[in-house]
Amino acid sequence: MISLLEALLPLFVGAPLLLGGILFVVPRHHLLQPVIAMGTLLALLAGAITVLVVTSNGTVIAHQVSLWPEGIAIAFVVDAFSALILTAAALVAVIGFQYMLASGESKSPSIPALVLILIGGVAGALLTADLFNLFVFIEVMLLPSYGLLIFLSRRSDMAASRLYVVVNLLASTIFLAGVGLIYAVQGTVNLAELAGTGDDPATAIATAVCLAAIAVKAAVFPVHGWLSRAYSSASPAVAALFSGLHTKVAVYVVYRISAVIFEGDSAWMAAILVVASLTLVVGALAALGEKDIRPLLLFQMVSGIGFILVGVALFTPEALTAGIVYMVHHMVVMGSLLLIASAIEHTYGSGRLDRVAGLRTREHLVTAVFVIGALSLVGLPPFSGFVAKYALVLASADAGVLLIAGLLVVVSLVVLMAMMKIWAEMFNGKRHSDVETLAAQERIRTRNGLYDTDALNHEEVAQEAARAVEHIEPPLGLFGVEGDPHGHRGTRVHFSLIFPALILGGFSVALGFGGEFLVQLAQQASAGLIDTSDYVRAVIGR
Amino acid sequence: MSLALSIGLLAAAGVFLVLQRGMIRIILGFVLLTHAVNLLIIAAGGVGRREVPFIGGDMSMAADPLPQAFVLTAIVIAFAITVVLATLAVVSKGDDDSEAGTEGAEAGGEDVATEKSGDQH
Repeated sequence: MISLLEALLPLFVGAPLLLGGILFVVPRHHLLQPVIAMGTLLALLAGAITVLVVTSNGTVIAHQVSLWPEGIAIAFVVDAFSALILTAAALVAVIGFQYMLASGESKSPSIPALVLILIGGVAGALLTADLFNLFVFIEVMLLPSYGLLIFLSRRSDMAASRLYVVVNLLASTIFLAGVGLIYAVQGTVNLAELAGTGDDPATAIATAVCLAAIAVKAAVFPVHGWLSRAYSSASPAVAALFSGLHTKVAVYVVYRISAVIFEGDSAWMAAILVVASLTLVVGALAALGEKDIRPLLLFQMVSGIGFILVGVALFTPEALTAGIVYMVHHMVVMGSLLLIASAIEHTYGSGRLDRVAGLRTREHLVTAVFVIGALSLVGLPPFSGFVAKYALVLASADAGVLLIAGLLVVVSLVVLMAMMKIWAEMFNGKRHSDVETLAAQERIRTRNGLYDTDALNHEEVAQEAARAVEHIEPPLGLFGVEGDPHGHRGTRVHFSLIFPALILGGFSVALGFGGEFLVQLAQQASAGLIDTSDYVRAVIGR
Repeated sequence: MSLALSIGLLAAAGVFLVLQRGMIRIILGFVLLTHAVNLLIIAAGGVGRREVPFIGGDMSMAADPLPQAFVLTAIVIAFAITVVLATLAVVSKGDDDSEAGTEGAEAGGEDVATEKSGDQH
């Protein structure tokens, strides 16, 4: 079984890349497009789960590409940590693509192909044991992202796409320089051969150049500003996909490099701790100033990166475990929240908190999914956020940094404030007379394939709005409102748009109740980070 | 020494250009920056203490092929991204040297009807 998996390991990267390439030549509306893309993503998820099961007892599987001898070949390697993150990434990709299918975005040219190439690059970055190869896979992951961002950018706003490409290219260039410096000092860029070389100051500084570049990609304070700007102009579904993949791959690399090269060297980890705590505070505070749902959620993402990095900065077994649990939780919950924000934006044509109001009495399922996501993000039981935050606070208290433990709790309250802001304005606020018009405009735009900047016929909009009020039944059941003064009736958000977020919300609940299971997996993963000898042995055979 | 100087010069010019506002200048800046990094990687192979490969001499002193492979890969990737950047410079003209360009585009996207009713609350 293990030897078979070992031989099949490169397929995690090769299959999506190859099939993605094939999809470029399949006609745009052909049934094969969604079938191949979804099939590959599901197969990848199944493969990731299989690998997770095999590695969950501490086994490390490595494949020497082209069967070159160990130490010469560029290895693909998977341990419990990479398997866990790969599984979560594949899950987010499946759900994100499902949303794209539901919203019709997958019908834009080359989108399924780009998604496949993106996930191929992500798998490569998670599995490779070579720093230069990591650079290549990060680029493989970024190139389709540029395409996704530009093709699906609804406001035809190129400035944000430019910002994204320029920031990422600059970070990649610095990362490449760091890799070059590591090669200059050590004569190798194989992670396993570099194990423990962080004691040497020259190597440590060269590696720090790499970490600084990766920090830009992870949106760590003070280089976090690009994230909310770039992602909020992307299509919502793309933002959800990126949030689960890009920044988390960068954080994964920080974990891996800190563990393998620095071996948790306390001086360097203290530096990461300072940056991480600043990130989590700044992200949470910045969110409070936003007026749109998406930038608000995106700053929560920045804050979450800080939470995750606290885990690696403390570098105790408990803290690493908590950080990994938080990472998985954050991928799932951020995906759920961003997808539900997408569904609202897709239906009402706006994500402004003061424009789309009063959703609570009309969109029951949307409200339920949002509440699950929001409470989970804040860290209340019985959701996954509670398990993750409780573990992280305990671990920081155990590590003796009570200041950080207190900070985590206080920041959670700030996150709660941000969620209350969304709740108070978007869900509980008074309905405005133009909500119906907004939704009607958006339906017409979707139907006719118009951009936000295209002008609409006002009569057509008024007719569409009136027709909707007439034909859609008033909300039934427990929360229905008698005699709605504005005549707003019925749910507008289609179930197929809510479904993906609902599944991720369900995972958050499941991981909350089954927290023990996730914690055990994360413990195995963190054990592999603290004692890297198995990893090194699998890659270079000594 | 000459290698170090050229890396420094290229990086300085690259950073200067990337900080400019026009997209074309940013692209040229990245071209220079990636050249600087490529030279850095070549320098990492220890060019000073190694010799030409294959032509006589001691094979143990031959030039290190690995950095050259790195640079080759990096050049291809940088080329691909330069093309993407160039596309971005072309597709929306006239907004790359004005700060308020994006704000204006967004405000222009609002519909008159919603703009009016939006003012009421």
